[in-house]
Amino acid sequence: MEDDAHMPIPAAPHHRSLLAATATLAVAALAACSSGGADASPPSATASASVSATASPSQAPGTVTLVTHDSFLLSDGILDDFTAQTGITVKVVQQGDAGALVNQLVLTKDAPLGDATFGIDNTFASRAVDEGVVAPYESAAPAAADSATHPGGPGLTAIDYGDVCINVDHAWFTKHHLAEPVTLDDLTDAKYKNLLVVPNAVTSSPGFAFLLATIGAKGDDWQAYWEALKKNGLKVAEGWSDAYYTDFSGGGADGPRPIVLSYASSPPETIPKGGGDATTGALLDTCFRQTEYAGVLTGAKNPEGAKKLIDFLLSDEVQADIPGSMYMYPVSTAVQIPEDWQKFAPLAPAPFDVAPGDITANREAWLAQWSQTVVG
Amino acid sequence: MTTLTRVSATPAQRPVRGGAGWPMGVFWALAVVVPLLFLGIFFAWPVVEMVRRGFVVDGSLDLSGFADVFSRPRTWRLVGLTIAQATVATTLAVLLGIPGAYVLYRRRWRGRAAVRALVTVPFVLPTVVVGVAFRSLLVSGGPLGFLHLDGTFVAIVAALVFFDYAVVVRGVGGMWERLDPRAEQAARALGASPWRAFRTVTLPALTPAIASAASLVFLFCATAFGTVLILGGLKFGTIETEIWVQTTQFLDLRAAAVLSVVQLVIVGLALTVAGRARAHRERALALAEPVSRPLSLRRPAGSPRRDGHGLALAAAGATAFVVLLLCLPLVNLVVRSLRVGDGWGLDHYAALGSTGGVLTVSVWTATLTSLRTALEATVLALVVGGLVALVVSRRPRAAAGRRAVAGLDALFMLPLGVSAVTVGFGFLLSMHEPLGLPIDLRTSGVLVPIAQAVVAVPLVVRTVLPVLRAIDPRLRHAASTLGAAPGRVLRSVDLSLAARSIGLAVGFAFAASLGEFGATSFLARPDNPTLPVLIFRLIGRPGPDSYGMALAASVVLAVLTASIVAACERLRSPGSGGEW
Repeated sequence: MEDDAHMPIPAAPHHRSLLAATATLAVAALAACSSGGADASPPSATASASVSATASPSQAPGTVTLVTHDSFLLSDGILDDFTAQTGITVKVVQQGDAGALVNQLVLTKDAPLGDATFGIDNTFASRAVDEGVVAPYESAAPAAADSATHPGGPGLTAIDYGDVCINVDHAWFTKHHLAEPVTLDDLTDAKYKNLLVVPNAVTSSPGFAFLLATIGAKGDDWQAYWEALKKNGLKVAEGWSDAYYTDFSGGGADGPRPIVLSYASSPPETIPKGGGDATTGALLDTCFRQTEYAGVLTGAKNPEGAKKLIDFLLSDEVQADIPGSMYMYPVSTAVQIPEDWQKFAPLAPAPFDVAPGDITANREAWLAQWSQTVVG
Repeated sequence: MTTLTRVSATPAQRPVRGGAGWPMGVFWALAVVVPLLFLGIFFAWPVVEMVRRGFVVDGSLDLSGFADVFSRPRTWRLVGLTIAQATVATTLAVLLGIPGAYVLYRRRWRGRAAVRALVTVPFVLPTVVVGVAFRSLLVSGGPLGFLHLDGTFVAIVAALVFFDYAVVVRGVGGMWERLDPRAEQAARALGASPWRAFRTVTLPALTPAIASAASLVFLFCATAFGTVLILGGLKFGTIETEIWVQTTQFLDLRAAAVLSVVQLVIVGLALTVAGRARAHRERALALAEPVSRPLSLRRPAGSPRRDGHGLALAAAGATAFVVLLLCLPLVNLVVRSLRVGDGWGLDHYAALGSTGGVLTVSVWTATLTSLRTALEATVLALVVGGLVALVVSRRPRAAAGRRAVAGLDALFMLPLGVSAVTVGFGFLLSMHEPLGLPIDLRTSGVLVPIAQAVVAVPLVVRTVLPVLRAIDPRLRHAASTLGAAPGRVLRSVDLSLAARSIGLAVGFAFAASLGEFGATSFLARPDNPTLPVLIFRLIGRPGPDSYGMALAASVVLAVLTASIVAACERLRSPGSGGEW
């Protein structure tokens, strides 16, 4: 295929104008028939109309495009409030997971996909910074000082964070009269043989985060630790959903294993319908902290709009919505954390840490060694 | 390009009557150029752009990646595994699919339409859902846990056959039901046993359709991604999973490009083999109105022994067994979607109408988006695929022309054999102001139906082509001798015969578009997600409610698919849909 570089224009010269015309027509027709549904968003239209009367001319007009991953979500109407405040309509485009997102941003940096991005995490942050994906911007929003306590590199503004931790099924351990594990080392104890399932570190971002937790905890001995896990009957599932719903006993689908890698924020979702205590819990001595950043894309068409959007992501309105919609902790200390979370989703007091630069430098090597160790 | 121009000219060189020659020439030229443009812009260009990034470093060609990638033992293991799982799964799917095609298309019985639709369902389910449906059966403690198949090669192959059984059944069945039964009856009258008559008369006639279907299945298996990862775990990576890892996790475009080329070579070889098998056997066949005999378990009264009843029963038994196996994961899915807390109920289905605080749109809205997108994709695929099938069904006299036709045929199969990651990422590189047009197609959402159509085109071609190729040229000669202009011949012979297989093609293309989640998941999508995307999001969230909703939404997708496929099949039956 690499010889076919001229494929897109496959005709003799005298056909070219006809072909170009056909292509233009086809593309235009497709654009017309496909955008019908996407454009119909009356709420934002009315919102911007009502605001335009009061909007000052210096405000960034038009649309700002936010490029983000598949897990991005805010409650209904929040982005409309942004439009009401600024006159700017937000177009959200989503693709793949955090890894795919960063790599796509790197590949398209000469012609960026949008104006702002959200969802670059600390395991990919230094790649994004090194590749110059984000332009310098320091938010002056009230929560910016809180955000700055999670530094990610120039141009990256921390929006939320959370802990990836081992979760246990309380009900299972009660039923089997077994004490729950507490530390990473407990997981290699023969008492817990064949009980642990984790997502694949190569294909799943929480899976990789857990690998980083063990690297942070064990330093150069991390491979020996994984060998011990393997000897103790470790199960590796493809992704988080696979591990949590098929293999884990406490996810609501009755799998066989009572210990799973998930998030510190997962337990509140297992509070029984009628109320009471969460049936699962996170082991806070096994965690790696993930931080998600936003940034203005280099070469953005609407950098001013992008900056306003990042400030908005740090606003109390968005920050307070984050736990419920994205299962992460807001960086802002000014907003209230949901009651369930205070009780069942506390943060790890001292999560394990690996410097972002080390992660970028060693990602491939670590994953290769991990595969070698775990697959054998 | 000259060879292709010649192809388009060849049919027009036939003696033409009246002034109809010029429009026909233009028609054939367009029939070649439009599909080529479509494939060139929306497939070849993105792929070439992506591969080029891997081989061109700072403006100069760097092929050192080949030596590097090939010196890793891992690469060879992955190549071996890719070929092994695709070959085994294809063989199994064909062996099981042929009796299935017979029972579901050649024999008539109550409930046939429902079972035909049912076997298509697995084909469109998102892999993450199939993963749940399959693995929760196989996992230790699950209903089939005692088989210890979780994470084995057998589990992968079983899942691949689960996905692709319908491809063989529909591909072969569509041909079989139109086969004139008199040839086989003649062989039987001359004393051949039922088995011998099948082997020497029917099987050779079906070979092109079988080869067609087998090549499709092989391509689907060779590029299977989610299935392999979910069911096989770490041990059973393939070239496709490796391309995904290298591209989305490591951004090692050099390694990804090398692997893309390797994948292309394997796919090219498979297509060549299938093409050979087809060409040997492909000939004009006497096609008839769909014929099917009633199927009954008891030997019809008064019929002699050795009437093939045993053979029919064996086929029916094999098919019943396969359908039962197909049902297991599907039933598992339905049962799980009805599970509410410790009891049972329709709560998760009731929740589908709301956004449940965890979605941007409700499942019903996403369903509408899916239907609209799939409809657009189907129309595109039908136009492009129909034209390709028409061109490829010609038999130019010149050898160069024949080679060009075969090349065109293979070319349009490639989208199934090239990594969705490569295509998806390639779109990002190529679709910013494509062809100098001042629009950014990448984030417009337009590419979603296009990416689906690119995948659906080969399905349309493979469904319509065997029927077109089997048309006796003498029919066309007779028509033109009777004074029909070439355009009229095309309409009244080719189109009217092919139209009956179009229902099958529409159903197939629609189903494929509904379920497509490969390239689509790498496209920048505006926030009106399709159903598979929504399901993927739901199942990525913790909590029994998200899980239950994801499964309920999957059941909706399955039912939707089955109904549409069944409706499309009805279009074909004479009388109900007419000669459309």
